[in-house]
Amino acid sequence: MQHETASPTARHHRHGSNAGQPLTRRDGLLKVTGRATYAADNHPDGTLYAVVATSSIARGRVRSLNVEAAKAHPGVVEVLTPANRPPLAHDPDEKMPPFGFRVEVLQDDTVRYVNQPIAMVIAQSLEAATEGAALLDPRYETEPARTGPSNGTRFDPQAIGVGAPARTAHGDIEAGLAVAARVTEAEYVTPSQYHNAMEPHAIVAQWDGDRVTIDMPNQALALSCASYAAYFGIPAENVVIRSPFLGGGFGSKAILNGPQILAILAARMLGHPVKLALTRAQMYGPVGHRGRTWQKLRLGTDAQGRLTALHHHALGATSSFDEFIEPAANASLPLYASPAILAEHEGLRLDIGTPGPMRAPGEASGSAALEVAMDEAAEACGMDPLDFRLANYAETEPVTGKPFSSKALRECYVEGAKRFGWSERPLAPRTMRDENGFLVGWGMGTAVFPCPHFPAEARATLRADDTALVETGGVDMGQGAWTALAQIAAEALGLDPDQVELRSGESTLPDGGIAGGSAHTASAGMALHNAGGNAIAQLAELATADPESPLFGAGNIGVVAQAGRLHRRDDEQRGETYAAILARAGRTEVVGTAKSTRDPAVASTHAMYSHGAVFAEVKIDPDLGQIRTTRLVGAFAAGRIINPRLVRSQYFGGMIWGISFALHEEAITDRRTGRFLNADLAEYHVPVNADVPALDALLIPEDDPHVNAIGVKGVGEIGITGTVGAIANAVWHATGTRVRRFPIRMEDLLAGSSAE
Amino acid sequence: MGYHMSLSIRLTINGQPRDVALDDPRVTLLDLLRERLHLTGTKKGCDRGQCGACTVLVDGRRINSCLALAASMDGAQITTIEGLADGETLHPVQATFIAHDGFQCGYCTPGQIMSAVGLINEGRAGDDPERIRELMSGNICRCGAYQGITEAVLEAQKILSDDEKRDAA
Amino acid sequence: MTPFDYIRPATLPEAVRAGSAPGSAYLAAGTNLLDLMKGGTLRPERIIDITRLPGLDRIDWLHDGSVRIGALVRNSDLAYDDRFARTFPAVAEALLSGASAQLRNAATVGGNLMQRTRCAYFHDPASACNRRSPGSGCDAREGENRLHAVLGWSEHCIATHPSDFCVALTALDAVAETEGEHGTREIAVDALHALPGATPEQETALAPGELIVALRIPAEAARFAPRSRYLKLRERTSYAFAIVSAVAALDVQADTIRGARIALGGVAAKPWRAREAEASLIGAAATAEAFARASELALAEARPSGDNAFKIELARRIVARALALARGGTPEIMPALPASPFSTVPGADHAA
Repeated sequence: MQHETASPTARHHRHGSNAGQPLTRRDGLLKVTGRATYAADNHPDGTLYAVVATSSIARGRVRSLNVEAAKAHPGVVEVLTPANRPPLAHDPDEKMPPFGFRVEVLQDDTVRYVNQPIAMVIAQSLEAATEGAALLDPRYETEPARTGPSNGTRFDPQAIGVGAPARTAHGDIEAGLAVAARVTEAEYVTPSQYHNAMEPHAIVAQWDGDRVTIDMPNQALALSCASYAAYFGIPAENVVIRSPFLGGGFGSKAILNGPQILAILAARMLGHPVKLALTRAQMYGPVGHRGRTWQKLRLGTDAQGRLTALHHHALGATSSFDEFIEPAANASLPLYASPAILAEHEGLRLDIGTPGPMRAPGEASGSAALEVAMDEAAEACGMDPLDFRLANYAETEPVTGKPFSSKALRECYVEGAKRFGWSERPLAPRTMRDENGFLVGWGMGTAVFPCPHFPAEARATLRADDTALVETGGVDMGQGAWTALAQIAAEALGLDPDQVELRSGESTLPDGGIAGGSAHTASAGMALHNAGGNAIAQLAELATADPESPLFGAGNIGVVAQAGRLHRRDDEQRGETYAAILARAGRTEVVGTAKSTRDPAVASTHAMYSHGAVFAEVKIDPDLGQIRTTRLVGAFAAGRIINPRLVRSQYFGGMIWGISFALHEEAITDRRTGRFLNADLAEYHVPVNADVPALDALLIPEDDPHVNAIGVKGVGEIGITGTVGAIANAVWHATGTRVRRFPIRMEDLLAGSSAE
Repeated sequence: MGYHMSLSIRLTINGQPRDVALDDPRVTLLDLLRERLHLTGTKKGCDRGQCGACTVLVDGRRINSCLALAASMDGAQITTIEGLADGETLHPVQATFIAHDGFQCGYCTPGQIMSAVGLINEGRAGDDPERIRELMSGNICRCGAYQGITEAVLEAQKILSDDEKRDAA
Repeated sequence: MTPFDYIRPATLPEAVRAGSAPGSAYLAAGTNLLDLMKGGTLRPERIIDITRLPGLDRIDWLHDGSVRIGALVRNSDLAYDDRFARTFPAVAEALLSGASAQLRNAATVGGNLMQRTRCAYFHDPASACNRRSPGSGCDAREGENRLHAVLGWSEHCIATHPSDFCVALTALDAVAETEGEHGTREIAVDALHALPGATPEQETALAPGELIVALRIPAEAARFAPRSRYLKLRERTSYAFAIVSAVAALDVQADTIRGARIALGGVAAKPWRAREAEASLIGAAATAEAFARASELALAEARPSGDNAFKIELARRIVARALALARGGTPEIMPALPASPFSTVPGADHAA
């Protein structure tokens, strides 16, 4: 029988107190007492410390390493170099499907980027391993580094991002531009940015025969097990990854990297547990980054301010040996209606570590350029930027014509503008001052992010004592999976979240899928929802087939699970507790299992996105050019909200990333050598508390009957989109100066002002 | 004294006196806590005084333990996140961090909380959120929980000052 | 870190003796030294822990009204000392605009004076740097030098001094007391840090092993207490080094400037005292025109060392602004955002 909590029609039943509630984090107590265990907090007996030695050149080969000096240092146990590195079962220069990159694991002496691992020192103490690595004193044969468009190699990529087509065309761009009353054309430059999760990539690996247990922060447990198994020539079930807490991920902990593979290898080689934590500086190279882009946009508009053409070309940097091209131009595909849209990408090969997905990969940099270009086009049309966006509102997905599964963007615009006070905004720039004489500017941007779904599995065990154990290999990197997934499971089981124990964060559990693409709550949540539904269905089957039960024969009418009790759908009074059903059946528990995947039929007929609108106020010193984002209001519609407290935090986090992108973040490298000049947290600026005086996030109600049975979209990445453009546009509105290179710096604003 | 020689120091950590034989003078207070004493609540984010994740109280003052040489701490009173709660009763800063969602991934949290406790001890911020933001700016939160952090510090400060007033009355 | 001997002397002479041997480095809080050692920029063989030296952690007010600050006084303790902050408010504001609360709690005033440049090429052992490795060259000269010096630099080095505190000290004629193998002496803070010339490795006027034991700020500097400000431009609102900074202190009587102090940070290998600019203000009315003239004079000799011409214009503007803020009067209480252009205190005038 099809029980209703497992059927799509059940999605509106809130069952009182479960999902939708702003519960505080279930892992909060552990985190505020220092008892949450992150990878590097593990100390198995006999642990040795590994430290990676990394290259200081961008291209060439290592001519020599002073291994003797390193080994002579007291406490140093072993030095791993290409000369003695044990073999791996998988060729690191072969990409590992589906998301694997080529990695540097001492396969030879070539150097392909700065901070590439060139050796690993293992010692009895961290201090000895660190000094051992310094004593290696590498000598190089150096080749000229390719560090930018002037000396990099341009190419046409086969694919961009994670397998997306490099070119998407809709309509005739040149025809659209030809009929335009105005054409707005500009180039935007975005820098390389580094994830810089607060927790450096760490790993503790210990072998027992041909089985390995790995403590590490990991956004993709099952995939990683399979990949490590391939590298070490063992079955995937022999790899156990424990990742209960990640100190931030942002995409950098989803993909295998060389240093962590080497640490596992060293543990096997030496027969000891090995602990490795990258230094902050070493996170600039082997663990991915957001690649630089140079984006050209051409927007044709007619006399009424409607787009006639939207052309977005992005040149994206990648490494000399692998591809991850920031799919920036694709940001122009889902948002604004235009008879002609063309998104195309080109690659640029540089001597850098391969970029990778970083929070809103493509969407962030692409939105930054698109939203400023939209502002420029609105300016050219003499229109209010919000009116301009409304004039180009897409009622269906622009390129495909598909209907949206849901789209409350109009409400986001309206509510966000109201909360912000947008209607008071003067059209002309450099017209607002505050009481202290600061220039004030208001800008806005549209936020959008797709709703992918990753396959996931879960198990739900409903016990006779009115508790449940639910299990999935989920990942909490701060988004709140420990809490939100438990809420979803509790709802599916008709229990209070306090009655539900969630086991998560380990690869031995049912595959919880990938924590990425803002899809984890929906993907793992749907698996739990289905598993819970499956358990309830089993329970219902026991009851409805049992003549002793008040639910006997209610199979056709259906039953509802609520507060630890099943009752007839047509009569709340007629029912009984789970405990009673199980007891009569002589059972102590029922175990539900389920998988979740996206329904391909729905995916082919609907376009699925979260949407939002972000409004920014900046204040700028008129003479000195220092900028502060004094107010940010975001209004987001992302389907059903499982936990508004945590979702608001996700939006805030994304919006702060937007501040960071617009005003702060940039990795600086020497244009001759490619070496980093700010591979740290002192001069690689991310916002500090004082940069964030006032945030507001509105949760716009949105009912999505298509995206999945629980109506959940994604919230983790959307906040950064829209925000970057909103701030840049506010800077223009404050100063009259249009800055097209990120981050915006004070000197960019000097020319437009003067010390009056 | 050569580095190969053992160096004996005495610390009081979370109220417990401890004699520590340092086998290596290069050990920082942070690495001593984490790797030798296995008090891993204190986190390493940058190891260079640039993020605040390693903040602990030394003689009641918040500092970055990554830039403190353990040998030089001889005789000091150290308070770490593990020593903040009174048994099962959370310190008000811990409780308000939960209530205001002052963290996401939780990695910077021990440092944020110790920093907040230090800030409240210093008594320079009052109930001015701008001063709290400024004085909490030595603790970077990449997840972006700053608004909750500021609210949490404000509320904890109020709880503590109300307690003080009650005690004085 | 290279293995080192750890020595904790009990007396000053013992410390100086140990510190004078080649390969020695003094350790106070270690907030700069350990950072440099971890990066491989410095590899001392001997660490002389001076934190237990007696008597260096006091703030003493002398009979003549000057203040003597022990070298081991922590940055935050000095900044939050009520009498000190009232008497030398720009120094307190400069201190509180530097680093973070944690670092200020640890870092000593002596260590602040001795902190090294933030030039990335100095910090990177793989780069050529005459300051770190004499004769190796200066990779900053043709490198990424947007934030490098615009005053007093040479072809051999274009690094800047990172301290905020020293900028205010220089303006107020502070003096460092030192103890060396050859006894004690006094060095004006303005003369403590050297311009690079052909010998950028000689960063200070100190002899090997010579230790700063105290700072003195003369009583005369207290005349600026009613009108002094420190202002600092940063790429984020807090916890960042200065792009440029300026201290301005005015003694205005009957609408006429009787005394003026101006110094700049982030522009040279030392805190940059602008004496000609100061002189131009004496006897003048405290007007925007006078401040503009002074700001021109302060940067008259500036020239870009690379991609940093904007810093000259910014420095001019910050001098003019700091003077205008000083004219408006020292804030009654320390601004919530010390030294920030966004520290909106009564009297702040940002109107163009």
